[in-house]
Amino acid sequence: MEDFNLFIRSIFVDNMIFAYFLGMCSFIAVSKNVKTALGLGVAVTFMLVITLPINYLLETYILKDGALSWLGPEYSNIDLSFLSLIMFIAVIAAMTQLVEMVVEKFSPSLYATLGIFLPLIAVNCAILGGSLFMQQRDFGSAWTATCAGAGWGISWLLAIVTIAAIRERLASYSNIPKPLRGIGITFIITGLMGIAFMSFLGIKI
Amino acid sequence: MARKNKSLSVLFNPLSKDNPVIVQILGICSALAVTAKLEPAIVMGISVIAVMAFSNVIVSLMRNTIPNSIRIIVQLVIVAGLVAIVDQLLKAYAYDVSKQLSVFIGLIITNCILMGRLEAFAMSNKPWPSFLDGVGNGAGYAIILIIVAFFRELLGSGTLLGYQVIPQSFYDAGYSNNGLMILPPMALITVACIIWIHRSINKDLQD
Repeated sequence: MEDFNLFIRSIFVDNMIFAYFLGMCSFIAVSKNVKTALGLGVAVTFMLVITLPINYLLETYILKDGALSWLGPEYSNIDLSFLSLIMFIAVIAAMTQLVEMVVEKFSPSLYATLGIFLPLIAVNCAILGGSLFMQQRDFGSAWTATCAGAGWGISWLLAIVTIAAIRERLASYSNIPKPLRGIGITFIITGLMGIAFMSFLGIKI
Repeated sequence: MARKNKSLSVLFNPLSKDNPVIVQILGICSALAVTAKLEPAIVMGISVIAVMAFSNVIVSLMRNTIPNSIRIIVQLVIVAGLVAIVDQLLKAYAYDVSKQLSVFIGLIITNCILMGRLEAFAMSNKPWPSFLDGVGNGAGYAIILIIVAFFRELLGSGTLLGYQVIPQSFYDAGYSNNGLMILPPMALITVACIIWIHRSINKDLQD
């Protein structure tokens, strides 16, 4: 139940875009139409669900202060946490490459839709951000980390799809001042939606 | 002479015309989250300038030896190493600020400006222009961060760098801080205003 609450909280209260602004670069660049936005959103969710538990296990059994004690008592005072940034990003980059290869081999149709987005994901701040938040918050188990990853992924998906839908309509129906067209107005809309999402902050779950 | 002009333009173009944040729309993630106060914004700006300059130089030195197919991983590892150094330095000498910046120092790694410049510039240029390009783009990023943080801290808390700027007599006369400016969404709207002004001046950038 605890984990389910975390999942819901990650979607609404700790929304990756509206609360932390992570993954904004691709969020702005790819939110021009709903279909591609959905593709990227699914890819990001997928990567978060995969990388978060892996990085969690890495953190607990290798990187944390005293984490190596399972090797024997003489290793119990080793602290490798300064390596965590490099390890996390290496895992993410390697997983992206791996997933790209697997998807290409086994599901060419999925690859055709996700293909161009997969390489973009290695440098999506939302993925690394998820791992760093995981490190900061001391999750209890790999399953908890997976739930949080799924929640954050879906929060990102939700955000990019809603913004893409708004932008699609904006492009055809509204008369925006010239200098604000394109990214300017997207920023303002994201800001307004962020304020709307802040109303979830009061919810206790 | 022409060569000198070229390196000057490499250094100064990113400040306004090719600004990485408001024109190329790169690296916004961290630009927004650390700007509620001026001090963390300045520290973040300096960290990004340092990481950009040195990663550009290192990648530029190695550009002929990096195999094309794994270049992204190589670049990421170089950047991650530099960021880990910055992170440890901040923890040692500026612990409070490093606590405030929390995960955002780590997120410099995935800052799109870095990868963008490494791919677009450092992979095809000599070390010295790459260094200037790194400093220029880092400075372009830092400027936006500082402008946004300046307004948010001034209007949101009435202070600058922690010192009270708006005099007490204003508050006595009924002025009060705008709490909305502290909230994260206002960072987006402030950046949007900067984009608006910038594009009204530089008409060729309009869509």
